[in-house]
Amino acid sequence: MPEPKQPEKLIDDKGVRIDGRRLDQLRPIKLEVGILDKADGSAYIEQGKNKILVGVYGPREAHPKHIALPDRAVLRCRYRMAPFSVDERKNPAPSRREMELSKVIRESLESVVLTDLYPRTTIDVFIEVLQSDGGSRCAGITAASLALADAGIPMRELVAACAVGKIQGHMALDLSDAEDKYGEADLPVAWVPNANLVTLLQMDGILTINEFEKGLTMALDACKTIHSMQQEALKKKYLVIKEVAEEREETEVVA
Amino acid sequence: MSFTPQLPPVAKLEQKTVIDLVANGKRIDDRTADSYRPLQIQVGLIEKANGSAQVSLGKSKVLVGIKVETGTPFPDTPDEGVLTVNAELGPLASPLFETGPPSEQAIELARVIDRGIRESKAVDMKSLVLLKGKKVQVVFVDIYILDHDGNLIDAASIAALAALASAKLLKAELKGDEVVYKPGLHPLPLNNHPVAVTFAKVGKTIVVDPVLEEEQVMNARLTVTIEKNGNICAMQKGGLSGFTQDELKTMAHLAVQKSAENRAKILAAAKG
Repeated sequence: MPEPKQPEKLIDDKGVRIDGRRLDQLRPIKLEVGILDKADGSAYIEQGKNKILVGVYGPREAHPKHIALPDRAVLRCRYRMAPFSVDERKNPAPSRREMELSKVIRESLESVVLTDLYPRTTIDVFIEVLQSDGGSRCAGITAASLALADAGIPMRELVAACAVGKIQGHMALDLSDAEDKYGEADLPVAWVPNANLVTLLQMDGILTINEFEKGLTMALDACKTIHSMQQEALKKKYLVIKEVAEEREETEVVA
Repeated sequence: MSFTPQLPPVAKLEQKTVIDLVANGKRIDDRTADSYRPLQIQVGLIEKANGSAQVSLGKSKVLVGIKVETGTPFPDTPDEGVLTVNAELGPLASPLFETGPPSEQAIELARVIDRGIRESKAVDMKSLVLLKGKKVQVVFVDIYILDHDGNLIDAASIAALAALASAKLLKAELKGDEVVYKPGLHPLPLNNHPVAVTFAKVGKTIVVDPVLEEEQVMNARLTVTIEKNGNICAMQKGGLSGFTQDELKTMAHLAVQKSAENRAKILAAAKG
């Protein structure tokens, strides 16, 4: 697919962005939990044109054995982009970018998983970006923590993530592909709400200290919104299961 | 695939000592929380490189070499030269490093240094074009870790800037299809001077320039790269836990001050 042309303006005179959003508005987010059969846990996220599937396996026996740790589970993470997920085909060989993102995404999740309950095992998180539209590492983290929860892995809480950036001199929430490419800065953030910890923070571009502080506040506010969406997505699957189980129990009592 | 690394057993035994010291306002090497280890910068050690710098940050030692060669530009940036940053964390530098393809630590290090240089537009990429879309100069920044005693990111960032600022190249021109070099060296055109400042959260305390023992027990790490006007041009958080919003703000402000101090030392050393 040919790359879309550079838009003349990223923000129009009324302060509206190319996709019709305000500066502090998220793209539409769709979350689904438990959509894969074989994985122990799975989740799917759509955020703008991002389409990301996450599968979690574990806790399971560590392979190769030498990576196992005596006092905790090893968390493993792979962030991967499908060759067809971007305008120009991506070489399927793992890129340096994917290796870096796998590391920072793993580090964003480590502190919420109760790894010390499962020594000598691994917990594997596979993030497959099927279509990429800016902010895919954050959407990946949002879905990954849902997939971990779906796998029944004990966690302190869910991690929510969202990026902010700077376009035409203004801080803007949740940049799309074009905004990321033609904007001035990108600041992805992952947040653990109750522990009040930022567990992923990266930045490229130029930001003043004030812009950084403002952007961080915007990102954390968005993470709060996303965090409640995550909780709803889990309820949507598990409240139904609970109701079905309760109904069955009632009929059994009657019989 | 990225997986949780193993902590050396000694680090686990030292853990409490290191954390207790920091909690009491001391550090294992007798520094204050906001001070760097002694910094030494030497430029021009490698005659065959266009630029080079060796940096000692305490016992950490990093050598950076700059090579400039002709090559082809990327199709999406036909009117810019090419910048490539690579890092080698060889087994010579630490028992923690192994031979083989670059580790994720090496990739992260190289990419963080790359972001600082690229996003601050430090190297004047337009000036590296010989024939638009066809021939440009390619700047290779190769980071060689010689001795690892913590905070390789700052040592590498300092060495990379010193090497770039002291780099000299031949004037290249295009005659027909041939690249010809004119005699006489001129400096590599630099527009900005990015400097990385790295913090570690040890226990509940933030310290700057963590030594290896502190890195091994830290909860989290943050690198803030500041360009010459005091703006942030790159950031990277590492480590298994995280930072509060207030901690992040404090570090961003402190980074501006610390980077200015180091930048002055780097530019003085690069002038020779």
